[in-house]
Amino acid sequence: MSVSGSRLPRRLFVLQTLSFVPATAIGFEAVSYLDAFADQSANYVPTFFTDTEWRFVNAFVDRLIPHDDVGPGAVEAGVPIFIDKQMGTKYGYGGLWYMHGPFAENTPPTLGYQLDLTPRQLYQNGIASADHAITQAHGKGLADLDDATKDDVLTAMEAGTLDIGKNPPSNTLFGFFWQNTQEGYFSDPTYGGNRDAAAWSMIGFPGARGDYLEWVDQYGKKYPYAPTTVELAENQG
Amino acid sequence: MNINQKHVDAVIVGSGWTGMIMAKELTEAGLKVLVLERGPARDTYPDGAYPKTMDELAFIQRSRLFQDMSKTTVTIRHGVDDVAVPYRQIGAFKPGTGLGGAGLHWSGQHWRIFPEELQLRSHYEQKYGKSFIPPDMTIADWGVTYDELEPHYTFAEQVFGTAGQAYRVNNQIVGNGDGNVFEANRSAPFPLPAMKNTYSAMIYWKACAENGLHPFSQPSANASTPYTNPYGCQMGPCTFCGFCSGYACFNYSKASPNVNILPALRLSQNFELRTECNVLKINLDNMGKRATGVTYVDKDGNTHFQPADLVIAGTFAYNNAHLLLVSGIGEPYDPKSGKGVVGKNLAYQTMATIQAFFEPGKFTNPFIGAGGNSVTIDDYNGDNFDHGPAGFVGGGPVWCNQAGTKPISGIPVPDGTPKWGSGWKKAVSDSYVNTVSFDIEGSSMAYRQCYLSLDPTYTDSYGQPLLRFTFDWQDNDIKMSRWITNKMIPVAKSMNPKSIKVLVKNFGDHFDTRPYQTTHLAGGTMMGTDPKQSVVNRYLQNWDVSNLFVVGSGVFPQGLGYNPTGTVAALTYWSAKAIRNQYLKNPGPLVSE
Repeated sequence: MSVSGSRLPRRLFVLQTLSFVPATAIGFEAVSYLDAFADQSANYVPTFFTDTEWRFVNAFVDRLIPHDDVGPGAVEAGVPIFIDKQMGTKYGYGGLWYMHGPFAENTPPTLGYQLDLTPRQLYQNGIASADHAITQAHGKGLADLDDATKDDVLTAMEAGTLDIGKNPPSNTLFGFFWQNTQEGYFSDPTYGGNRDAAAWSMIGFPGARGDYLEWVDQYGKKYPYAPTTVELAENQG
Repeated sequence: MNINQKHVDAVIVGSGWTGMIMAKELTEAGLKVLVLERGPARDTYPDGAYPKTMDELAFIQRSRLFQDMSKTTVTIRHGVDDVAVPYRQIGAFKPGTGLGGAGLHWSGQHWRIFPEELQLRSHYEQKYGKSFIPPDMTIADWGVTYDELEPHYTFAEQVFGTAGQAYRVNNQIVGNGDGNVFEANRSAPFPLPAMKNTYSAMIYWKACAENGLHPFSQPSANASTPYTNPYGCQMGPCTFCGFCSGYACFNYSKASPNVNILPALRLSQNFELRTECNVLKINLDNMGKRATGVTYVDKDGNTHFQPADLVIAGTFAYNNAHLLLVSGIGEPYDPKSGKGVVGKNLAYQTMATIQAFFEPGKFTNPFIGAGGNSVTIDDYNGDNFDHGPAGFVGGGPVWCNQAGTKPISGIPVPDGTPKWGSGWKKAVSDSYVNTVSFDIEGSSMAYRQCYLSLDPTYTDSYGQPLLRFTFDWQDNDIKMSRWITNKMIPVAKSMNPKSIKVLVKNFGDHFDTRPYQTTHLAGGTMMGTDPKQSVVNRYLQNWDVSNLFVVGSGVFPQGLGYNPTGTVAALTYWSAKAIRNQYLKNPGPLVSE
């Protein structure tokens, strides 16, 4: 096995360049940055989510991990694409879980997930009922709200105070969004998220390098190599 | 279709550490041995091959090597009058399936028990008085001594290629005395030198020493050098890739049944392995006193009867209790009357964690790691401190076990960090390579109201009742965990971090099945000296059915502070020796009732 040499991901390069943009220009920068990525995401045709759902998903995860000068936002990292692809896997169909009834209601949260919904059903039902409740309250759907209002809505969902019914409740839908967003943001890029391993570069995780024997006792030193993905390691191994 | 299989001398249910150790020992004794494994065949290639094994999403979040929850699980409730619900998704613990069992995807922390813990009840009664033990605490002696197990601990370390620094060998202090001062006497040093320590672990070492504690490099079944074990199986040195717990090791560095036993076992003409064969029950004769074999279902749905003279239950921890309960072996435990034994004394572990956060630039590089690699203190473990004024039973090791922190599941963030949004992103970005985290892996005692039984409602894909856990945190264990945590806060502070975060249970907290804690379950088929109080005798032989031996952490009468695998392996070798030297010469009960 060999580990690949230092490869500066294209995205990291862009980030480093942009970090020199003056603070006064950051608002503008964020918009143009997202626009640049809208192109890439526009080329992706979701296989699971409908157009309406896709707008909701993009708006939701964009607020969970927004773009800023620290690192990529969830949308530019490809998190919506990741979630859409996951819905076509065994996981999406609930195939990794014990899904036999009876499904008890009002169980303590400490006993874990007890709904009769696969992730596919949970997103479909949840997005429809959440966007309905949001429209009732604000006159428009999540994707069309301003950022501050979006954040208020997400906060209410996280707390479970936005009433969207019980299949799923809003805090359960929020929990799935947040879990799947972190997964898409930080998993190997092969799954459609973590584009160019930029989220790994941001935190300093070297991915699939696999050999740190010479680094174990180099105490307090920055690890100098850019992340390696499974695909890169396979092609160069 | 029903198929009658050809007779074998011994049938072993499960291919994890216990099943593979037994298979090796019994084939060496000349027996025809068949191992039945419910899951698929697995090995370093392809299941652990680089780079595909370095995939946190597939292996952890999507449970590549863990039990197939769509087929079977357990149900859980907190109290004896509650209704249990299924553990539908992998969370608090990660049972395995497939060849090697959980032994393929464990960490590699390899411990010996403290001698007094094998006589836990009598030790506490003698030293602290009978009334020191809470009335509902059903802790018990194991019925075996450390001196009896010592040779088997030593051999297991040699089979596992365990790296570590001994403190006392044949009653002589060895090395520079920098082993674990609390460790019991050993008949041999570790086969491999201790691993290198990470930066985090050395920061922890220094802080412990400054606080008058006794840090040491903990025993690790991750090879520190190339190694060939007594079976001729080879290991390569660990590269600290950080993908151990939940993964199969691509380097042949982490001990597993697949790497350390199977290559030798496969050479034996006496050994046969059948994967994707799920054992439904142990068959008994008309008197219910003798096992005639087992019934299993293969992957095509055919039902087989497998006759055997000797049956070894070697499934994961609590699953042996399930196997006995569905087979009608032994009296099921009843928490109301306190009678019965099968399912009694379900125990776990009581975790707490302290995280120290530093300014960016510290570079603790937590992606560098190995599952068994750690600097540890045992000052608050076993009976290494005076429990009288502390007022609780038990204890635990405290370790800085940098096992390879992965980004989806593992990034610690300081108190007050927003749960999402830009504030969260800034915190993970600042914290990931600038944190030192250490754990208090506390014991979990046994209680009258914590036990295993068959669920009345839910079934597995074969139509059998699921096993039901009745379990919750108890005040004694929370008190222990909080007491040790309070002792350790000054250690974190003396690292001079920017801030610290303490994750510890509060009194009244309920067992939360969602976040990962440990997979170290104990009890349900406890060993002991009294057939009315235990399922198996001191040789792990069932009291009722003398040609059935039950191996694994289910025989522990209560939960340890340490990880169980070292003691599981030693007990299995101890049991195997009794089978080879005593039972096979004169089949029947090895201990009279």
